[in-house]
Amino acid sequence: MTMIFGVPLAVLSGQLLIGIINGAFYALLSLGLAVIFGLLKIINFAHGAMYMLGALVTVVLFDLLGVNYWVALFVAPVLVGAFGMLIEYFLLRRIAGQDHIYSLLLTFGVALIIQGVLTNIYGVSGLRYSMPDLFKGGINLGFMFLPYYRAWVIVVALLVCFGTWFIIEKTKLGSYLRAGTEDSQLMQGFGINVPLLVSLTYGFGVMLAAFAGVLAAPIYSVTPVMGSNILIVVFAVVVIGGMGSIGGAIITGILMGVIEGLTKTFYPPASSAVIFLVMVLVLMIRPTGLFGKEA
Amino acid sequence: MTMMKKLLTSAVASALMASGAQAAISDNTVKIGYLADMSGTYRDLAGPNGLTALEMAIKDFGGTVNGAKIEVVSADDRNSPDTSSSTVRRWVENDKVDLVAGMVASSVSIAVSKILEENDRLGIISGSAASSITNEHCTPNHIHYVYDTYPLANGTASAVVKEGGKTWYLLTADYAFGHALEADVTRVVEANGGEIVGSVRHPFPTQDFSSFILQAQASGADVVGLANAGADTTNAITTASEFGVTQAGQTLAALLLFLTDVHALGAETAQGIQLTTGWYWDMNDETREWSDRFMKETGVRPTMVHAGIYSSTMQYLNAVAATGSDDAQTVRKQMMDTPINDMFAKNGKIRVDGRMVHDMYLAEVKTPAESKNEWDLYKILRTIPADEAYRPLSESKCKLVN
Repeated sequence: MTMIFGVPLAVLSGQLLIGIINGAFYALLSLGLAVIFGLLKIINFAHGAMYMLGALVTVVLFDLLGVNYWVALFVAPVLVGAFGMLIEYFLLRRIAGQDHIYSLLLTFGVALIIQGVLTNIYGVSGLRYSMPDLFKGGINLGFMFLPYYRAWVIVVALLVCFGTWFIIEKTKLGSYLRAGTEDSQLMQGFGINVPLLVSLTYGFGVMLAAFAGVLAAPIYSVTPVMGSNILIVVFAVVVIGGMGSIGGAIITGILMGVIEGLTKTFYPPASSAVIFLVMVLVLMIRPTGLFGKEA
Repeated sequence: MTMMKKLLTSAVASALMASGAQAAISDNTVKIGYLADMSGTYRDLAGPNGLTALEMAIKDFGGTVNGAKIEVVSADDRNSPDTSSSTVRRWVENDKVDLVAGMVASSVSIAVSKILEENDRLGIISGSAASSITNEHCTPNHIHYVYDTYPLANGTASAVVKEGGKTWYLLTADYAFGHALEADVTRVVEANGGEIVGSVRHPFPTQDFSSFILQAQASGADVVGLANAGADTTNAITTASEFGVTQAGQTLAALLLFLTDVHALGAETAQGIQLTTGWYWDMNDETREWSDRFMKETGVRPTMVHAGIYSSTMQYLNAVAATGSDDAQTVRKQMMDTPINDMFAKNGKIRVDGRMVHDMYLAEVKTPAESKNEWDLYKILRTIPADEAYRPLSESKCKLVN
């Protein structure tokens, strides 16, 4: 068997694929953060909570109303996105234009409240959610067993990422968005409802997080605290990619998934720290991040 | 006049103190500090419901002990030895706490027991697993009540090896508890003629286990042993079932599973998993009666930790009542001299190293067909007698054992 640094090639290929799958999750989450920061200059510390809400709403909708996975894939992000817009309208709007630290503290507080309330209701042991029948089982790739569901995650996450990038960077709507945040008064002069645009953008960023949450529901333990650990990692991804860079967030997300996966193979104890190590290195060499524009 | 008053008061005060040092309840109050993970990954197995169990014990005891008030304070340990240390330091130095109860993460318990030893107060640990708590980390100031990694390994690992699982791959939570469990499992597997062919230490907590499961699959071991707890274990089991670990012929051995974990997984996913437990709610009329009362208060069935908190608080209050003192050493000695016979344990005994030894049980998770309701989850396969279950004192590294 071919070996690379003492690890069989087959195992290594499996780890690379796993890394890409986890990277797709990171990409989806960091994309939402990057959209919200890039366009609204809001540091959204409630992003992990929104991811959790996406998963939790999926489970609760199923338990109470029997809503299946496919419906939840659309309904849960819309519900959570609407909730995000309420937060924007009632809270974030009041501190618009202030220093970034205000939005950070506000969203962090909101996240803690949501998490605390839901922990009291649902506990932390995790809620049951079964895999849709279509995705049960998997395929043997020779070097690893790939569950169908993971294959689905990678495809749909990348599609959504690409679609988002395309809308913001390449379409007319995207140009309004970018212009509206660049000079909102001028845009309002052109007859565009900028406050609505801001609400919708925040709602959309939150929807992306909730969508990642729905994807996570069948494979991870769904608990009110599931978003708190992933949040910090995703922030690191955004910083590495360059705050506000949409494409950067996607590429960095996948890259970090792979780096983390390889660390789990070669030196597992460092796997929770490796992303932050990369972040430190990147900030030292390129303070604007890998894909950030020079200030 | 004032001079006279001062003299009199100090005379009375010193007289009180002199008698108090021997047998009296300090400040005429028994103060219990409940320390546990109230919001994190170990919340459900102890947490707020453990506090309810503690309060149930105080209420059942009568609310006062020899005329002295019983007060309870509680705090979230946040699974952090640092946070817990400063909380407990404040409790013993300023708030006159006599007993610290609860305690879940082993790293927390080890840190707290050192502070209790410095200040000569008592701790009863109900949630923690590491057997090192009464081995190299033993102190004359704590008691480890419910279970530890030694019987977990003895029960589950030896059963699995005897069924033919000779080669093992371990997924270990990378902190005190995981390391202790790994050591105990390795000992048991090797003693029974098995072999550990590989292991990986994963960060605590870990959400995505796919990478580790893949490594376990590649190892070709007969058994994938999970030396972790809480959400780490449930996540690992879910991922293992997704990646077809058992279909490919490997056995999954979860070394520490609480009732709340199995409930979260459900009988469908968890069926057939063997585990070792110190107590189960549906064992006999006594356990069922208490569990019904607990469920009325909390809405859930108790874990072995909840039952242990109730039982140990009762034992503690009985010892305070019998000796008329809340002095740590007096109470601990009384507790060691009194066998434990209640709904939690029969003929339980607290040893000199602080280990409460009692019968343990090897259980198997029922199939969905066997399970009559959402909490009807275990069938007890075997009782592991107390002296067979726990580390014998002859192997102890505890400084209190000669």
